[in-house]
Amino acid sequence: MKFKTLALAAAAGVLLAANAQAQTEIQWWHSMTAVNGEWVNDLAKQFNESQKSYKIVPTFKGSYDESMTAAVAAFRAGNAPDILQVFEVGTATMMASKKAVVPVSKVMTDAGYKFDSKAYISAVAGYYTAPSGEMLSFPFNSSTTIFYFNKDAFKAAGLPTDKAPSTWPEVVAAAAKLKASGHKCPFTTAWQGWTQLESFSSWHNVEFATRGNGLQGMDARLKVDSPLHLRHIENLANMAKQGLFVYKGRGNVPEASFVSGECAMINTSSGFYGNVAKNAKFAYGLAPLPYYPDVQGAPQNTVIGGASLWVMSGKKPEQYKGIASFFDFISKPEVQAASHQRTGYLPVTMAAYKLTEDSGFYAKNPGTDVAVTQMIRKVTDKSRGIRLGNYVQIRTIEDEELEQVWGGKKTPKEALDSIVKRGNEQLERFQKANKG
Amino acid sequence: MEKRVQFRSSWLPWVLIAPQMAVICVFFFWPAAQAILQSLQEQDAFGSSTEWVGLDNFQRLFSDATYLESFKTTALFSVLVAGLGIVLSLLLAVFADRVVRGVTFYRTLLILPYAVAPAVAGVLWVFMFSPALGVVAYALGKFGYDWNHLLNGGQAMALIVLAAVWKQISYNFLFFVAALQSIPKSLIEAAAIDGAGPWRRFWGIQLPLISPTTFFLLVMNVVYAFFETFGIVDAATNGGPGKDTSILVYRVYYDGFKAMDLGGSAAQSAVLMLIVIVLTVVQFRYVEKKVNY
Repeated sequence: MKFKTLALAAAAGVLLAANAQAQTEIQWWHSMTAVNGEWVNDLAKQFNESQKSYKIVPTFKGSYDESMTAAVAAFRAGNAPDILQVFEVGTATMMASKKAVVPVSKVMTDAGYKFDSKAYISAVAGYYTAPSGEMLSFPFNSSTTIFYFNKDAFKAAGLPTDKAPSTWPEVVAAAAKLKASGHKCPFTTAWQGWTQLESFSSWHNVEFATRGNGLQGMDARLKVDSPLHLRHIENLANMAKQGLFVYKGRGNVPEASFVSGECAMINTSSGFYGNVAKNAKFAYGLAPLPYYPDVQGAPQNTVIGGASLWVMSGKKPEQYKGIASFFDFISKPEVQAASHQRTGYLPVTMAAYKLTEDSGFYAKNPGTDVAVTQMIRKVTDKSRGIRLGNYVQIRTIEDEELEQVWGGKKTPKEALDSIVKRGNEQLERFQKANKG
Repeated sequence: MEKRVQFRSSWLPWVLIAPQMAVICVFFFWPAAQAILQSLQEQDAFGSSTEWVGLDNFQRLFSDATYLESFKTTALFSVLVAGLGIVLSLLLAVFADRVVRGVTFYRTLLILPYAVAPAVAGVLWVFMFSPALGVVAYALGKFGYDWNHLLNGGQAMALIVLAAVWKQISYNFLFFVAALQSIPKSLIEAAAIDGAGPWRRFWGIQLPLISPTTFFLLVMNVVYAFFETFGIVDAATNGGPGKDTSILVYRVYYDGFKAMDLGGSAAQSAVLMLIVIVLTVVQFRYVEKKVNY
């Protein structure tokens, strides 16, 4: 009897092992934390349950820059993952690394899937497309910069809660009222370089960098020393001096101060929505980024942020087939729409947007369509997106110089001039290193 | 007749030091050679194209004003970390040496921070000093002192020095306690009988007798401040505000692991290596003269 059970168990074990062998595992490295991390795991689980041949294994590899570094190290050692999530800042680097990646459009057509880049929102597809028109990476969690405000705090300050301040002068006025009502942090911003310089530029239809913000070639140079940029940074510096804008740190660190209720207004990624929806203990509103009403052409559209999925080179054919079938799965309008509604990231395809609209989601959750409507306008050469080499360093330069403005150590003019000078050195180096 | 034991074999000494040499070669010389090799190259992120650029990476470094600035930052940081770290732990060790009851308990508590990873230490201190949520920042605010290390460079520096010193105190403490214990009790007792108070005994007997340990710790602490503190800086300040806490080793880490500029990062490590070698030589040549063994 005992022997029989043992034999059975052994047989079952062998069978299971054989079954596992037949399945092709696909390693997916990502940088999604908390609610967004759960989302990624759920996507993998849904896909794995939907078919038997492939198994997507998502692995959290640290923040965006950490996972990219990990992938680089792994690639050099011959152990690269199959799919790698790379933030928009790393896009130019990935595009230049032609030997390390396989274009997504090739992966899809090789596996026999129809791949229509026109199905995507043009600002999204345009950003991840090579000058040759080939789509290089799969738009996954695309976001853009929007404005969040705390309705409870607005109410306490006697401000209208049904309409967010839509221009910068209105933001200043609202911040003053919030301060007068005893609010310690009326306004803050996360990702200061992305929101206050990069997105600010395309939102006002002015260049952030030449050569179509770098999309047309590697010889782009920064243009953030323009009068409009100067005016905006001077405005923010004045707000900082009066305690209307409180600096809360780099990257997404300031977001915590909005969720906790400490800061009443924040500029940050639309991908922050999932966190707010889950954790904010107050009524909140989403709105488009503020603009200067006297600037011609404003508001235009905001720039894309977030990340895309890159397929690494040197894998077996069946792995590429699995990747293609996974991408096809997560491109389905209903999957896309569900992801969009859950996270606040852009729907990426027009079909997913329509589906969400028809389901009445936007009507039920006012403001969730802000990011989409901000993005689906017809883009100009100045607003299509920003794609620069050594972008990681440029972002840090923006952080370093702006911090000195908020701290009163540099004038806005000095800081912007310095960003241009130091940033251009980085661009020249990237151009030289990649023979662009 | 020679009194010392002598090995006549010509190969045995080599065999005996071989394991040690192997360890040094694999874990020190080889990576160091790699770093120097890489500092002469320019590579793209994934390493698919490599180009020899000679001394370009170094040239670029020394024409970068912010790099030269970070020498000053690093000097200030390492003097503060090594100085404060040694003085504070010596003080603690002298006190712990006089404790009669519960010695193990006190010592264990003092050694505990050594088990904490640098990045975790950085985060711990950031929590305490966070301008909005931190306990210490709140307490300072109550005394009318406005703490905001996000914008105040001096405070940011104070924060990373504090975290780095706190983390290193246990290590120093261990060595100091051991050194103090190894001083023969009879010496101290004799001095006490001659009428020397605790202060006099410390200056006249204990301090000179533990000077080899102090010297050793000086070297170790300088090396620690130069090489092992990037985790703290990364977690606490990211080198900001501006570049006010961007010490050399943090820049090596940032350029290599965040910005993926391996050539530039390797060139910086070569410079850093040179600095520490020079510093160590200086310490052995001049400071060691004051040490009595």
